[in-house]
Amino acid sequence: MSTETENPPADAKPEVKSPPPKPAPKKPEAPPVELPAFEKGISDKLVEKFGDKVEVGFVKEDRVRINVGREDVHDVAEFIRDELNYDHVESVSGVDYPQDNEIEVVYHIGSYTESSLARQILVLATRAQRETNPIPGNDATKLPTLRDVFYSVEFHEREVFEMFGVFFDGHPDNRRLLLPEDWADLPPLRKDFAIKGR
Amino acid sequence: MTFTLPPGLALKKVDERIMTLNVGPQHPGSGHMRIIVQIDGDYIVACDPDPGYVHRGEEKMAEYRNYITNIPHLERPVIHDSCNVLYPYVLGAEELLGIEVPERAKYVRVIASELNRCIYIMYWLAIYGIFLGHSTMFMWPAGDRELLIDLMEKMTGARVTHAHFVPGGVRNDLPPNFEDVCLRQVNYFEKRIKEYAAVFYDNPILISRTKDTGILSRQDAIRYGTTGSVLRASGVDYDLRVKEPYDVYDELDVHTNVMKEGDSYARSRVPWLDMMESCNIIRQALQKMPKSGSVRVKLKPNPKTKGLESVYKRVESGRGSLGCYIVSDAKPEPYRVKMSVPSFRNLIALPNLLRGEKLGNMPSVYWSLNYWPVEADR
Repeated sequence: MSTETENPPADAKPEVKSPPPKPAPKKPEAPPVELPAFEKGISDKLVEKFGDKVEVGFVKEDRVRINVGREDVHDVAEFIRDELNYDHVESVSGVDYPQDNEIEVVYHIGSYTESSLARQILVLATRAQRETNPIPGNDATKLPTLRDVFYSVEFHEREVFEMFGVFFDGHPDNRRLLLPEDWADLPPLRKDFAIKGR
Repeated sequence: MTFTLPPGLALKKVDERIMTLNVGPQHPGSGHMRIIVQIDGDYIVACDPDPGYVHRGEEKMAEYRNYITNIPHLERPVIHDSCNVLYPYVLGAEELLGIEVPERAKYVRVIASELNRCIYIMYWLAIYGIFLGHSTMFMWPAGDRELLIDLMEKMTGARVTHAHFVPGGVRNDLPPNFEDVCLRQVNYFEKRIKEYAAVFYDNPILISRTKDTGILSRQDAIRYGTTGSVLRASGVDYDLRVKEPYDVYDELDVHTNVMKEGDSYARSRVPWLDMMESCNIIRQALQKMPKSGSVRVKLKPNPKTKGLESVYKRVESGRGSLGCYIVSDAKPEPYRVKMSVPSFRNLIALPNLLRGEKLGNMPSVYWSLNYWPVEADR
């Protein structure tokens, strides 16, 4: 009896296994999940205008990330302000990647005036060359400033300069902001600046 | 060998008429920062804010601790608003680690963050009283604030630094009978702050010190990227609780307070209106909150992400939009935590507002920016 009862399930199992065409219907599911339409439209406009110069990092709900080379960041920022109606920068963050020998600067750009963009944040990321022995302001770690495009980056870029040593070319006021005037160590948010005892 | 003073310390001689004056960092009219002003007689011709005296390297510290042990120190920048300052970090960590929060925890968070908003604004208002030389305005908010601090103590066990929000919910459930006590205290608190209208906001002394000083136009408020009460006092209808609702704010009816004047008076009045709105939100949340259920998802020890991922979350804190950018690289510790704080964003307006203002108006304009020096420095 037991063998008989086991058999039918054993027969049924291959039947169950036979519909592993399951992955096949999954493929059409995947594209609509990954691309919210409105956000896709924003990234499409940028790709249409700049082509290969911009790389779409991700398109998520309310967030679009664009990676740009340092030569094009100023043009892309101007396009974002003039054509896409973003009007202020919320945050400028430096991220140190010693393994890539680069320091990434990430602008989070938002809009107050355009009501359809109220939820949106456009993440504009660019990378500067990283020096092993930095001399802040006098080495190759440089990026063009966005201060003339978005006035609101003024203090944020000063902070990135002192914390990462990324000099912003064309910034009218490239002094230190938070660090003491007599700070003579590495820029402290770089990964090679270690906290004592850690 | 000639010794040159570092930039910022050297006195610049501009003109015979113009004098450079250091206000702060130890000065009742500056908070923990230095404001370098150049004055011509009684009028400010240039202003250079110099923050950084309370810089504690929160962002650096966050790279050495895991997602849970980061909580107590990340709320230190604004201990009066500690739930709100932690909120975006917790939301970001939840998105990175893929955690679903129970419904009741979301309501508890909303109540805690609204109570914290009131606590912060009351403290800010009390200091504003000191800046204006109005000692009743210091005593009343500092006293009434205790009502809500008692509530937070009941809820979290600590008076100011709660460390109550964790990825996955809140640390503890509400104590028994909390809803009734909360409703009673909040109703009394609202009645109490309505009395402030007669004593402070209709007071000719406060009006003469703040009306038509430090006017920030709508275009400039947008261009400078200001946020929170500063932005709303300049006529921009923008509140993240409405525009990008997080947790259960989309189920609650939130009204945004906007004033068009853009002067110090409007900037001091909008937070007060916000407190009444907070009382409304707390009452709605108490009513809609599920009466029982879990408030916390249990996490695995040392949770981590799968690969290099980043997230940017923002909430409306007592001072404005507070963002947190977290980069994670599949380790238990975040690779980078950046807090984009409203005080730092509003600071950019200060030099532009003070130009042409009288020196005596400097404290009232400065503090009306809803500025918290410790938060700006992080």
